[in-house]
Amino acid sequence: MIHSLPAVLASLVPLRASNAFWLPEEGTAAAGQVDWLFNLILGISVFFFALIAVLTIYFLLRYRRRQGIEAGQPPTHHTWLEITWTVIPTIIVIVIFYFGFTGYMDMKIAPENALEIQVTGQKWQWLFSYPNGHVDPDLHVPVDQPVKLIMTSEDVIHGFFIPDFRQKMDVVPGRYSTVWFNVTRPGKHIIFCTQYCGRGHSDMSAWVVVHPPGEYEKWLTEAGDELSKLPPAAAGEKLYLTRGCKQCHTIDGGASTGPSFLGMFGRSEAMKDGSKLTVDENYIREAIIDPQAKVVAGYQPVMPTYKGKLKDNEITVIIEYLKTLKR
Amino acid sequence: MNTVSSPVPPAAAEPGHAPSYLQDGHGIKSWIMTLDHKRIGVLYLISILAAMFLGGLFAMLIRTELLTPAKTVMEAETYNRVFTLHGAIMIFLFIIPGIPAALGNFVLPLMLGARDVAFPRLNRLSWHLYVIGALFAVYSLIHGGADTGWTFYTPYSTTTTSAVVPITFGAFILGFSSILTGLNFIVTIHRFRPPGMGWFRMPLFLWALYATAIIQVLATPVLGITLLLLIVERVLGVGIFDPTLGGDPVLFQHFFWFYSHPAVYIMILPAMGVISELVSTFSRKHIFGYKAIAYSSVAIAFLSFLVWGHHMFVSGQSPMANMIFSALTFSVAIPSAVKVFNWVATMYKGSIKMDAPMTYTVAFILLFGIGGLTGLFLGALATDVHLHDTYFVVAHFHYTMMGGVLMAFMGGLHYWWPKIFGRMYNEKLANIASLMIVVGFNITFLSQFIMGSLGMPRRYYNYRPEFASYHQWSTAGAFLQAIGFILVAVYLIHSLRRGRLAPANPWGSATLEWRCASPPPTENFATQPTAGDPYDLKPLVFDPKLGGFTYRAESAEGVA
Repeated sequence: MIHSLPAVLASLVPLRASNAFWLPEEGTAAAGQVDWLFNLILGISVFFFALIAVLTIYFLLRYRRRQGIEAGQPPTHHTWLEITWTVIPTIIVIVIFYFGFTGYMDMKIAPENALEIQVTGQKWQWLFSYPNGHVDPDLHVPVDQPVKLIMTSEDVIHGFFIPDFRQKMDVVPGRYSTVWFNVTRPGKHIIFCTQYCGRGHSDMSAWVVVHPPGEYEKWLTEAGDELSKLPPAAAGEKLYLTRGCKQCHTIDGGASTGPSFLGMFGRSEAMKDGSKLTVDENYIREAIIDPQAKVVAGYQPVMPTYKGKLKDNEITVIIEYLKTLKR
Repeated sequence: MNTVSSPVPPAAAEPGHAPSYLQDGHGIKSWIMTLDHKRIGVLYLISILAAMFLGGLFAMLIRTELLTPAKTVMEAETYNRVFTLHGAIMIFLFIIPGIPAALGNFVLPLMLGARDVAFPRLNRLSWHLYVIGALFAVYSLIHGGADTGWTFYTPYSTTTTSAVVPITFGAFILGFSSILTGLNFIVTIHRFRPPGMGWFRMPLFLWALYATAIIQVLATPVLGITLLLLIVERVLGVGIFDPTLGGDPVLFQHFFWFYSHPAVYIMILPAMGVISELVSTFSRKHIFGYKAIAYSSVAIAFLSFLVWGHHMFVSGQSPMANMIFSALTFSVAIPSAVKVFNWVATMYKGSIKMDAPMTYTVAFILLFGIGGLTGLFLGALATDVHLHDTYFVVAHFHYTMMGGVLMAFMGGLHYWWPKIFGRMYNEKLANIASLMIVVGFNITFLSQFIMGSLGMPRRYYNYRPEFASYHQWSTAGAFLQAIGFILVAVYLIHSLRRGRLAPANPWGSATLEWRCASPPPTENFATQPTAGDPYDLKPLVFDPKLGGFTYRAESAEGVA
């Protein structure tokens, strides 16, 4: 089939050696397809650039202006030459278009049996929700299993990019987008945010952790139980670190997008509307579920709601953790 | 002053005897309220060079910050404002008006042998609007600047607390300036062509300006309404793009690129026109494939409206739309490639002189070649998904916009400098500076191609240490370019007072602007010239007494 042509040719053309220079590691078979096309276009580009550059430089040297020698008068147009250099590039770009399109469709259509993981982008963290309800700051996947990500954003547009898989998709608020991949060997791969989203845009990264056969399920069970095994404050700290709190709230008193958690519990805070209140369990709970209800003076109302994203017992352990952050 | 704009200038003294347009009237008011296309051209030139300086300053701040992977000199919030302003200023205040409004305003009526553009008052209004638009950008800058990126993507731009409204309103006003210039050029080219200048006897720079003007008039209103909708959403809270208000954020991207893709051809088409003039003149050869170049300008203008979706291959647009936009995008590659082949063929058997305009022309052909070829990677869907929003894209558009448009602008500036100011610049310094700029440019942006394909995303304040060496090369190249541009400023300013007086036709071109004095009198031509083949350079010979070219005695009559 013509669809397998890139793969067949890829095994014949030893262009891969250059990938260390131009392209990152190939984490999936699909990445190899993309690289094959990349190298094909690279070869075509180098050829045409060399052609133009060699002719230009040769003409500059050969026909440089000399005393007493006038320019020649070759024809000012040449129909067949002009048709030739229109038709040949046209054929070449049709070929590039074809392989670009077919390669893209292969990377777009996920197999039926794909494992689905929910992805949420928010300023400035990725959150991955697994089928058992566990939420993790990194993407854990089994090896040799198609994985489909169903992604949405809490706030602005983010871009989900795994360079090693050559996969990228914008994550848009108010709608779902998807990517899928099938990783061929265990390892770790970086995830970047590629759609500009503000102050922490360049720090919005995460890891794909690819588990060897059988270990993904083990990891998932352990990760799902982890919180229940920890003391409440330690579980709260874990949630603070992994669920998007630390991106805007420091624990050392430092300034950030939101108020620091250091010494916050029990403190009297001035609100934006001029009122004053003491930070207690009920205020923290309200600030997590309905962050815009009472905003601390001097801060913007930018926090997304965690309603439905944190369970009651999770909110409770976060409150326990905040109580430990005393000045 | 020039209230009448007749294509037939009144019979006056011979060119050279009348006072030049620079001497005709003194004081600030004689400049800012002028109706003379040449003075308006000079005003535009000063304005866009100031914008280029400011945009360049922001570019240097970006490159300085990126010298190290973490904080180097500024905070993330500052960096985000700096790259936004670099992009917005360079695009809206420098590249879009650069060649058409500055060089085009000066040259277009002269190339037509006309006295002025069709609507001189509209022309002045367009510069005044440019200044007002620029003031809004400066106002935004003083109020902390916007941090959205020059693309103003929603819902980030509708929710950020930075000064988005003044800068978008500034861009909205600049749009009108651009529309008025385009309208003026279309009418001028239709109405003011001299005897002997049929459509296919027009200099290719005019073809390029004509194609550009059509895009300006048709596409810019879309940007205007889009930015206005953005302001309406921000100020009045009407839900158009923000999903929490019931809007669609991707709709903004469609609107924005429906203008901004044609806009890159507003930038590159005039540059291609300049290159067509320069490559012929400095090779002393008739341009090769005149009709193909002229038609390809129009083809590019037409196709430019049909490819905007290629900016949105990973936005969530349907695969069907992606396929169609990918196919249409490749169709633009053909007329661009045809032009490059024609320019190279023009040099064949020429008599090539590497004066600064030609150095920039060669730089354009090679750098734009790289810019165009790397577009193939981005037009193909499978490879674009990987390269989208990385430094590969940053490098690609800098190769087309800076390696392309800016090189052509520099070439055109040096080429028409003697005509505009009546003085020759220092050729040796010009060649040294151009070499520094071209070498620095390649160091800056070749390293960005590599880090982009390795996965370095754009608009990053912090980056992973494995990208550090590429960023450091890039920064070093930027500083080399900066030194080159400072050198250009020094010798050009120096030439204004101390440069050798320019002859009427220093390079040996056959287009009409070289038939009036340097600098031209206010009336341009004493009697309306008759146009011949704009690329028939045979009758022009170098006269050492004049230091420029003149028509052979026996053929002086036969030029027409």
